[in-house]
Amino acid sequence: MAKIIGDIAINNERCKGCEVCIAACPFTVIAMSKEVNSKGYHFAIKVNGECTGCTNCAIVCPDGVITVYRAKVATV
Amino acid sequence: MEEQFAKTEIRKPENIVYKKTDLMVDRPLSYCPGCGHGTAHRMLMEVLEEMDIADKTIGVSPVGCSVLAYDFLNIDMLGAAHGRAPALATAIKRLWPNHFVFTYQGDGDLAAIGTAETIHACNRGENITIIFINNGIYGMTGGQMAPTTLPGMRSSTSPYGRDVATMGHPLKITELISHLPGVYYVTRQAVHTPNHVRKTKKAIRKALELQKENKGLCFIEIVSNCNSGWKMTPVQSNKWMEENMFPFYQLGDIKVDGKLIELPKTS
Ligand SMILES: Cc1ncc(C[n+]2csc(CCOP(=O)(O)OP(=O)(O)O)c2C)c(N)n1
Ligand code: SF4
Ligand code: SF4
Ligand code: SF4
Ligand SMILES: [Mg+2]
Repeated sequence: MAKIIGDIAINNERCKGCEVCIAACPFTVIAMSKEVNSKGYHFAIKVNGECTGCTNCAIVCPDGVITVYRAKVATV
Repeated sequence: MEEQFAKTEIRKPENIVYKKTDLMVDRPLSYCPGCGHGTAHRMLMEVLEEMDIADKTIGVSPVGCSVLAYDFLNIDMLGAAHGRAPALATAIKRLWPNHFVFTYQGDGDLAAIGTAETIHACNRGENITIIFINNGIYGMTGGQMAPTTLPGMRSSTSPYGRDVATMGHPLKITELISHLPGVYYVTRQAVHTPNHVRKTKKAIRKALELQKENKGLCFIEIVSNCNSGWKMTPVQSNKWMEENMFPFYQLGDIKVDGKLIELPKTS
């Protein structure tokens, strides 16, 4: 058996904390950090492992700071 | 720092399904958090990349927040005087008829100071693409009222809301130019949700394909937030935009294949 899994990598330093990506995610993967980056912005972080790699968050991010991975992996 | 929930086993180049295109210069955008200018820029660059026409495309940036588009878009660009982008684009297209030429303009630029250039380039049917970012306000200079400001909408120069009796009606310049015979494709889109972004990208692609066929002027309005000028958070501003801007500036195609689409009437 195989299943599709996804993952996102967020460039914390370039995130401006606008929160537009949060509502775009069907699996509530994203929330804002408590800490701030060097510009003083709270940045987007992942809060669960449910990402399917749908790309919604990355497409809608005005600053293009999210990279999305998707792959088919074997399940036991 | 070890990232929580990272699925390191799939973080390989061959598994990347989305990343910022290299046609965006890798530097921080000057735009406010959550501003749609960045998303609109990126969709435009993704289309150029997919059509493989980046080295055959010349853009014209406006005066307004996106004046610095030439610093962010990794293609040949010229900066026009305020509102004159369609005139400059006309010259470029006539000198380089085999190049793709677009303007990228805000509502203050395109629908106020540049009204004459907009209307005449449209009326001449220049084979250019106009990308029009309508946020209902002069963002760059501090949120002053624009021709596009909604009735009752507050701005720094209409602090009690736009009073139509003394300040006039908002100008739907997109509908206005759609009636000109030189204009071939007109659509109104948005970039605040993934679905809207995908539709905007399709519209930009369509416009540039039509430019290749010399069909005439193609005009894409993108209704976007100016959360700083509207004095809201980005998320609030997108909601406000859906509730207030979209009923007045209805999304969808306005003219396709040179023919006007019948839109449902607004009140
Ligand atoms: C000839 C001239 N008049 C006025 C200005 C001041 N000015 C700069 S940007 C701007 C309006 C920009 O608004 P818009 O086109 O809607 O762009 P936005 O910043 O909202 O994206 C004005 C009036 C100028 N730079 N040059
Ligand atoms: S790629 Fe899709 S599922 Fe994954 S975090 Fe982004 S929006 Fe959520
Ligand atoms: S949309 Fe982009 S810039 Fe905004 S919070 Fe999410 S990752 Fe950060
Ligand atoms: S002032 Fe408005 S249009 Fe300009 S960058 Fe900020 S949000 Fe965007
Ligand atoms: Mg504006």
